[in-house]
Amino acid sequence: MTTPSITRRIRAPQAGRRTASPTAPLPPRGAWARRAPLLPALLFMIVVTQLPFVGTLVISFMRWNALDPGDRGLAGFQNYKTAFTDPDLRSSMTTTVVLTVAVVMVSLVLGLGLALLMDRKFLGRGVVRTMLITPFLVVPVASALLWKHALYNTSYGLINGSLTWLWSLFGSHDAPQPDWLSVAPLLSVEASLVWQWTPFMMLILLAGLQSRPADITEAARVDGAGAWQIFRYLTFPHLRRYLELAALLGTVYVVQNFDAVFTLTSGGLGTANLPYTVYTTFYQAHDYGQASAQGVIVVALSIIVATFALRTVSSLFREETR
Amino acid sequence: MTAAAAPTLRTARTARTAGGTRARRGSALLGLLAWLCGVAFFLPFAWMLLTSLHSEQDAAANPPHLGAALTLHGYREFFGSGTGVSPWPPLVNSLTASLAATLLVLVLATPAAYALSIKPVRKWTDVMFFFLSTKMLPAVAGLLPVYLIAKNAGLLDNIWLLVILYTSMNLPIAVWMMRSFLADVPVAIIEAASIDGAGLPTVLVRIVAPVVMPGIAATALISFIFSWNELLFARVLTGVVAGTAPVFLTGFVTSQGLFLAKVCAAAVCISLPVLAAGFAAQDKLVQGLSLGAVK
Repeated sequence: MTTPSITRRIRAPQAGRRTASPTAPLPPRGAWARRAPLLPALLFMIVVTQLPFVGTLVISFMRWNALDPGDRGLAGFQNYKTAFTDPDLRSSMTTTVVLTVAVVMVSLVLGLGLALLMDRKFLGRGVVRTMLITPFLVVPVASALLWKHALYNTSYGLINGSLTWLWSLFGSHDAPQPDWLSVAPLLSVEASLVWQWTPFMMLILLAGLQSRPADITEAARVDGAGAWQIFRYLTFPHLRRYLELAALLGTVYVVQNFDAVFTLTSGGLGTANLPYTVYTTFYQAHDYGQASAQGVIVVALSIIVATFALRTVSSLFREETR
Repeated sequence: MTAAAAPTLRTARTARTAGGTRARRGSALLGLLAWLCGVAFFLPFAWMLLTSLHSEQDAAANPPHLGAALTLHGYREFFGSGTGVSPWPPLVNSLTASLAATLLVLVLATPAAYALSIKPVRKWTDVMFFFLSTKMLPAVAGLLPVYLIAKNAGLLDNIWLLVILYTSMNLPIAVWMMRSFLADVPVAIIEAASIDGAGLPTVLVRIVAPVVMPGIAATALISFIFSWNELLFARVLTGVVAGTAPVFLTGFVTSQGLFLAKVCAAAVCISLPVLAAGFAAQDKLVQGLSLGAVK
């Protein structure tokens, strides 16, 4: 709202002096005709994503707890001080990193293996692909509920049920029945996320494999290259950009994961990641100032990851536009 | 088209050159391995489907009772006869929010992608990276001001607020996807058509649209899936009236307790639209997820 009026004020005297048409200092009409289609999307994104963040930044310097409306005012860096000395927030930072790295790496490796398997022709390939895609298409909350209640549950989950059945084959009645979500909480969350994200990785890598020029591989084979050599020197370099794209997009979504942590453990037993911690500070503790400071910290951390990720993408991008 | 045909060709050639039974046996083993992996990944969903069709008693059996009689009891319960809460309003909310957001995404992303590919503006790569960088901004970082503004403006529990947020969530990816699809339109043909006297509408309808239609479909599908699946915004910003299906699902478990068959039936029902769309358009999904890098 303010930007155009400032521009006009600056330009007005110039235009008056020259007595030319007031649009003269502006770029030629063609440039605006080119930019016009871009503007709605750009403005929309700035208003909906950047302005709220400015709001978060402002609130992060305020003392503002919705449960104590009388005590609202400027807090300086107090919220940041609290946030950094808060052991919960520090542990949730570690959790976020561990969770994201583990899920992205494992699902990337599994996805690569599956993509290589699926790149071959075999009976019922379409059916197998459909089965493999399914976890990605199940609504995340539904899949979290599925893991929590139908698979991990101590008394009637499929995993412990299968253990009972296996043990009974050998005539034993005391099969181990661990409570997976409390024995290995983070690992349980990771397993469910790996199940959900491996198909995503596989789809991107499969697309990469199928865009590989067949004649080069064939030529290498005629020249006597073995399967491993072909993979190492031809397939893998070609796949690299797809691996990077998959890792980047996977990271963007897994870092922000809320559904699995919320549903499976409600952040208990050291599984609270940053988005979940901010959510509880805001939605349960109603400490708006504190939540905003945490949010700003999350953004600062994300910028580090994002700079790294964007550099990767930009190298891909240069390759593509060359 | 060529991408899909290539592996077939390659495998056929391999079979001819390698020949021997050992290679063929290895190939069969790898096929078998692929099947085993497929079944392993499908198993949890299959288990959810089977459990949803069991009675509560059979669903809670340990060891699992595979051959138990099938019943639609869980589904009948889910659709309200047993609980008094109808899942239809949340399902309609989800459908409205996802479809409206997808439509808005397409309306905003298509011209933007056009300005970034066919007749690129100066510094267009910077614009592209601005779009992608908004995706890196964690959703929680802007949630509180959005909540406060919505609260003061009386927009809490309003489905159109979600439409706006879902649009912002999917727009960056959509711009990236559409740009790469549009970049595929041969500029020479467009220029030739303009010289021959074709106006912009004709060029768009006759030349651009046929090339980008599959891309638009892929973009729409991905936008729909991510909107339908979203939980955090919906949970914080909606309530009784505008709650979406994922929010309903979390509430359903809390209010109904651990009735496994019922919960599984609910999860299956709520996943169904996305599953159906995804299964029907697998190739589009692949193209879309690789940001259009593969045709």
